[in-house]
Amino acid sequence: MSAIKDFTLTCPLPITDYPTVTLAHGGGGKLMHQLIEKMILPAFQSPLLETRHDGAVFSLGGARLAFTTDSYVVNPLFFPGGDIGSLAINGTVNDLSMCGARPFYLSCGLILEEGLPMETLWAVVQSLKQAAEAAGVQLVTGDTKVVDRGKGDGVFINTAGVGLVEHDLTIAPSSVKAGDVVLLSGDVGRHGIAIMAMRQGLEFESQIESDCAPLNGAVQALIDGKVQVHCLRDLTRGGLGTTLIEIAEATGLQIMIDEKKIPVRDDVAGACEVLGFDPLYLANEGRMIVFVPESEVAHALELLRKSPHTAGAVEIGRVTEKRGGLVKMKSRIGTTRIIDMLSGEQLPRIC
Amino acid sequence: MKYSSEYRDADAAQGYAHEIRRITKHPWTIMEICGGQTHAIVKFGLDELLPKEIELVHGPGCPVCVTPLELIDKAVQIAGRKDVIFCSFGDMLRVPGSEVDLFGIKARGGDVRILYSPLDALKIAKENPTKEVVFFAVGFETTAPAHAMAVYMAKQQGIKNFSVLVSHVLVPPAMEAILGSETNRVQGFLAAGHVCAIMGYDEYIPIAAKYKVPIVVTGFEPLDILQGICMCVAQLEEGRYTVENQYTRAVTEGGNHPAQHYIKEVFRVVNRKWRGIGEIGASGLGLRPEYAEFDAELRFDVSGYTAEESPLCISGLIMQGQKKPHECSAFGKQCTPEKPLGAPMVSNEGACAAYYRYRRAELAAGAALTSVGADGYAAISAAPAAGAKGKA
Repeated sequence: MSAIKDFTLTCPLPITDYPTVTLAHGGGGKLMHQLIEKMILPAFQSPLLETRHDGAVFSLGGARLAFTTDSYVVNPLFFPGGDIGSLAINGTVNDLSMCGARPFYLSCGLILEEGLPMETLWAVVQSLKQAAEAAGVQLVTGDTKVVDRGKGDGVFINTAGVGLVEHDLTIAPSSVKAGDVVLLSGDVGRHGIAIMAMRQGLEFESQIESDCAPLNGAVQALIDGKVQVHCLRDLTRGGLGTTLIEIAEATGLQIMIDEKKIPVRDDVAGACEVLGFDPLYLANEGRMIVFVPESEVAHALELLRKSPHTAGAVEIGRVTEKRGGLVKMKSRIGTTRIIDMLSGEQLPRIC
Repeated sequence: MKYSSEYRDADAAQGYAHEIRRITKHPWTIMEICGGQTHAIVKFGLDELLPKEIELVHGPGCPVCVTPLELIDKAVQIAGRKDVIFCSFGDMLRVPGSEVDLFGIKARGGDVRILYSPLDALKIAKENPTKEVVFFAVGFETTAPAHAMAVYMAKQQGIKNFSVLVSHVLVPPAMEAILGSETNRVQGFLAAGHVCAIMGYDEYIPIAAKYKVPIVVTGFEPLDILQGICMCVAQLEEGRYTVENQYTRAVTEGGNHPAQHYIKEVFRVVNRKWRGIGEIGASGLGLRPEYAEFDAELRFDVSGYTAEESPLCISGLIMQGQKKPHECSAFGKQCTPEKPLGAPMVSNEGACAAYYRYRRAELAAGAALTSVGADGYAAISAAPAAGAKGKA
């Protein structure tokens, strides 16, 4: 009893605002960052974790390795342009790539719900296999669990991955400098709208397919091309806006982007107008931002544009001298505004 | 993008800004009614383009913001029941009730669903005959037709397990309440384009005449708003006060007659309490007695709820154009989007959320916002001729 009392005194619950976890705690916005900062980081206190990158980079047995993990809980399991299987491979491959690593081996944990049609599982397994082949990685260890009907959403997948860092660059927010140029690898927002359209039964003139894709080929091209990459970050749940803010906050510098230069496909922009969403905060599964010195921009863009999943790469802004960890955007009509992190997921508006 | 990028053209925006600067000779206070317009103004920094004489104040046209606290508490009460599937537009889920919001109820196991259309709730009711399906019918005239249609169809199809929790409000009575207030500063209005798309604008003509205020029906894109301001300033400078329609691509004088038909079929005009403002006579819609069986308040016996607002929240003053969000002592301190005291900090259309999202850094740095602050007020009080224009 006294042991429990002592524990409570020395380890007060770090988050008292919310008695329970809400969906916003996983939405990629402020509440999720709060959860990580207040509960996860202090609990484990690892310098590797403190870098808050997409994966940990460390030396082991003379090799520089990158290690990462991610869980996938998408509903619907299959959507235009991808499915939970391809997502689970590409997401982890991309996290390793963002560390500047060449991905090699992945693990796969399947959590299956009782009653899941075997045919569905087979389709997911096939997709895992094909995506792994396409990305050039091997799935070498795994685990399977089944939970009671109603306790899962068909299939949950966790993948972890190991990659090799074969260069001496430090690809991390700490390397970002004033004057660096921000490159974006393609149009934004398609994954978010593809999922939303499926969930809500929304139909558009043309089908909007997810951008789900592996980015290791493009990253390898940059590294092989000796581009002095300062930082890489893939855009996931919180979208381009949140990702830029994460980098700005980590560096303490300001990032200035130009709305006109951010590619958003017409059908995605149209869907955003209808639903009241901002494409800056829509999820992506095959896009990244690249921070490079100005002298490297032309070379980096040339290499990215030759790679199939980053053919639409463009320059969208730069890191300025100003302090403050902010992201600002020059709007289409020439005014400037702050890009703020959302609390949780975007909610469709009333009218 | 077709029909959207045309209204965000930088050169055209500068053109309107130049024209507004050219015609402005006196200080004017203009209110945009709709929260969607407020967000466009702050998001695109439209007020940065205006001369310092023009002050924009933000109106009550945010359905989430004006829904009374006790109604949120009623929604929470109903949504927490095991036999209920509670459906709502997404915006309402984060609005704080006295103790918890609807997201909190969802986290505790309540079946709370975000829908895009009330007609989807009817479908859910048909698919779940053993459950009670309740739709949270909030909003202005814009959402009323869809809510009316859902209730009408439920009656036609004999769907017994469907009901609506209604908190519908109307724009014209709110404008009159603002104009009739002794502390009113509003001299011209940008009326809400989408409300007028449904209702037309003939009901604004007597308001413009009675209070001698120009009213310009205005859209939501940056160029719409700049053009609306330009038309409003032109009237003010020329001493005219009529209703003009900037948003001609969507609004006609008579509005959408079939939509109005269903509103009248299902709803009647009732007194409504506005969150932060208080009760305004004949300012809302309630179900007609013939449709009372679909009234969730009666079905679940949640009448008699009262709730106290946070004494720190000045949302009522903000929505009447008497204060700006950053003039609230709780702004960005006790009140943030993660921990809101009042609804305007939550909603996609709330003025406080707009200031917090797009302006926080400037405000913290103490930089004066264009057209806001002591200078603006001094200018208005020092110009009695101009100030008197807004009074009846």
